[in-house]
Amino acid sequence: MPASARRLWGLVRKESLQILRDPSSIAIAFVLPLVLLLIFGYGISLDAEEIPVAVVLQGDSAAARDFAAALDGSRAFAPRLYRSRAAAERSVLAGETYGLVVLPWDFERRLGGGDRAAAQALVDGVDANQGRLIAGYLDRAWSGWLQGRTTDARGPAVELAYRVWFNPSMRSRQYLVPGLIAIVMTLIGALLTALVVAREWERGTMEALLVTPITVNQFLAGKLIPYFGLGMAAMAFTTGAAWLLFDVPLRGSLWVLFACGGLFLLAALGMGLLISTLARSQFVAAQIAIIATFLPAFILSGFIFDIASMPGPVQALTYLLAARYFVAILQTVFLAGDVWPVIVPNAAALAGMAALFLGLTRLATRKRLD
Amino acid sequence: MGGLRASLGRIAGLVAKELLALLKDPKGRFVLIGPPILQLLVFGYAATFDISDVRMAVVNRDGGAASRALVARFAGSPTFHTVAAPDSVRQARPLVAARRADMVLHIGPRFGRDLARGLGPQVQVLVDGRNSNTAAITAQYAGRIVAAFNADHTAGPAPPELRVRAWFNPNLRSQWFIVPGLVGVLTLVITTLVTSLSVAREREAGTFNQLLVTPLRPPELLLGKTLPAVLIGLAEATVIVAVAVVWFGVPLVGHPGLLYLGLLLFMLSTVGIGLMISSLCTTQQQALLGAFLYIVPSVILSGFATPIANMPPLMQHLTYLNPLRYCLITVRGVFLEDLPAAVLVHQFWPMALIGALTMAAAAVFFRRRLG
Repeated sequence: MPASARRLWGLVRKESLQILRDPSSIAIAFVLPLVLLLIFGYGISLDAEEIPVAVVLQGDSAAARDFAAALDGSRAFAPRLYRSRAAAERSVLAGETYGLVVLPWDFERRLGGGDRAAAQALVDGVDANQGRLIAGYLDRAWSGWLQGRTTDARGPAVELAYRVWFNPSMRSRQYLVPGLIAIVMTLIGALLTALVVAREWERGTMEALLVTPITVNQFLAGKLIPYFGLGMAAMAFTTGAAWLLFDVPLRGSLWVLFACGGLFLLAALGMGLLISTLARSQFVAAQIAIIATFLPAFILSGFIFDIASMPGPVQALTYLLAARYFVAILQTVFLAGDVWPVIVPNAAALAGMAALFLGLTRLATRKRLD
Repeated sequence: MGGLRASLGRIAGLVAKELLALLKDPKGRFVLIGPPILQLLVFGYAATFDISDVRMAVVNRDGGAASRALVARFAGSPTFHTVAAPDSVRQARPLVAARRADMVLHIGPRFGRDLARGLGPQVQVLVDGRNSNTAAITAQYAGRIVAAFNADHTAGPAPPELRVRAWFNPNLRSQWFIVPGLVGVLTLVITTLVTSLSVAREREAGTFNQLLVTPLRPPELLLGKTLPAVLIGLAEATVIVAVAVVWFGVPLVGHPGLLYLGLLLFMLSTVGIGLMISSLCTTQQQALLGAFLYIVPSVILSGFATPIANMPPLMQHLTYLNPLRYCLITVRGVFLEDLPAAVLVHQFWPMALIGALTMAAAAVFFRRRLG
């Protein structure tokens, strides 16, 4: 074995032993992802079911009771009946119900009249998204109920049929869990390396490394290789858990998933190394790693909030995030399959970012003590 | 009396020292002031569930006047615009798969004829479900447009209507939900980080032993570590509330006094948890990881981004242990709903209880370390 390869091997071995013997690294790589996967996977859901709504029956007509029963029969609602509007409003304020439907005392007559609103509904708008979904469910429940009541067989002039591609049951988990892999990998890649190199500076072991004959390239490769292995192991672990626990289909191919995962990991590790090389303090490195990688990966990557709905300048900012490209690949490979027009440009962007961060780290790392 | 005055003097000295230590270091100062404001601005705009623009591929196989009128209704709405007009759904699907279009509007070849005969022709809307939330909202908007089209093409009186309005947030703007939520989240991050690192930093620097030989008693030490975090938290919360009202235009309809009372109780609980983390950790790295392990789940399990009611029952029960849950209900309630004190009390006492318990636990842990 040539001397350079032997030195590199020695460094890789030292780093790997350090990872294996430090319980906190193993915890970050395996326990944390599992905990995050469980908390995010079960805790974040946009699917509302059995929403408690207050139904105010001002009169006791058969039609009003029939509509309340129709709401009860739908999977979306769990109605609670009230006599007075004031009591229903109090239940919304107390957070017990998410809105109220007022069926007036002359509900039956208004249904026949047709010239004004037969009934009124107020949805709790504090959670705007939930409010919008509930309003939509109410609309649908109302028109479905009306259709069932009319005696003549004529339906609406135009009938609308929905179909949802790639996620026919419209479960939010199916789109959130693939993106979650990007969040977990960001955490491992950036946070772990950010802490590791900064720790060497703080503890003074960096100086010990500087006096050895290894080159800067060997030093960086020695840091990268073990953490790359750890990151890929964590990715396999998270992908398996996503598949087993959450029943998310994988319609694309596994090798595309892992090839893109490798590119993303290189970019994330490069960013982590760069942060820790520049910061040289664990506190600042961890702060920057959380601020510059984890939170943006959560909010700006398209993991949960749709990028196309963000204002222009914020959208421009998302192009600087590696997680954005990886989330797009993950959602597509899991739910739609190997769609090359999505995969190729995003993978190219990941490769570019990996090269950029690793190149900058190479420039910022010098065998000097200043 | 003299003892009390001396005790207060010692606490004031420690508070002044802590504030100086946090604010004199330029990196520490940056971390305290820069990121929260930056995050508020970026996330206030980015964290939105509103849909502003749906790119639509139109497959119009009829081409007659009625079908064009329906397409024009879609394209004329502020939400939808046409990006492609493929000949068939088969050709449209790759556009959606490649994310060049979000939706396909498919009108069959006999649409106009069937409409004129009153046969109720079907129109298909095919949505990209990779983001199930935008898919649901897109479908809802499409339904509204078709309903309006139907109302114009149905003879006789319009069907009776259920008039749905939104309370507290009439235009259903996500920003009014997210920005007050950020008040709670950023306060959590700041106060937890400051307290969890305060003792660990002294331990690493070796100055903790020096504190122990001063006449400070453990409760005084605890109070001296608590107050600076609460002061910094209150100052930052004030800035964030001001930005929410002035910059983002979120209405503050309730009483600011109730808001501050809620935030103060919330900070007592987060500082208590931060001190617990601090008393258990020996290094800054451990303290940071501990703070992180507390902050992330508590943000997810608070109802900040997605409703608690959608979680599985077991997780919903877990959220009762989370002070951020009560804080968010309080902040949003005061901001948007003008919740009365009688309702807010149910949010206040759990935060006070969590604060008291965690403070007591931190005091016990400290005493054990000191003893």
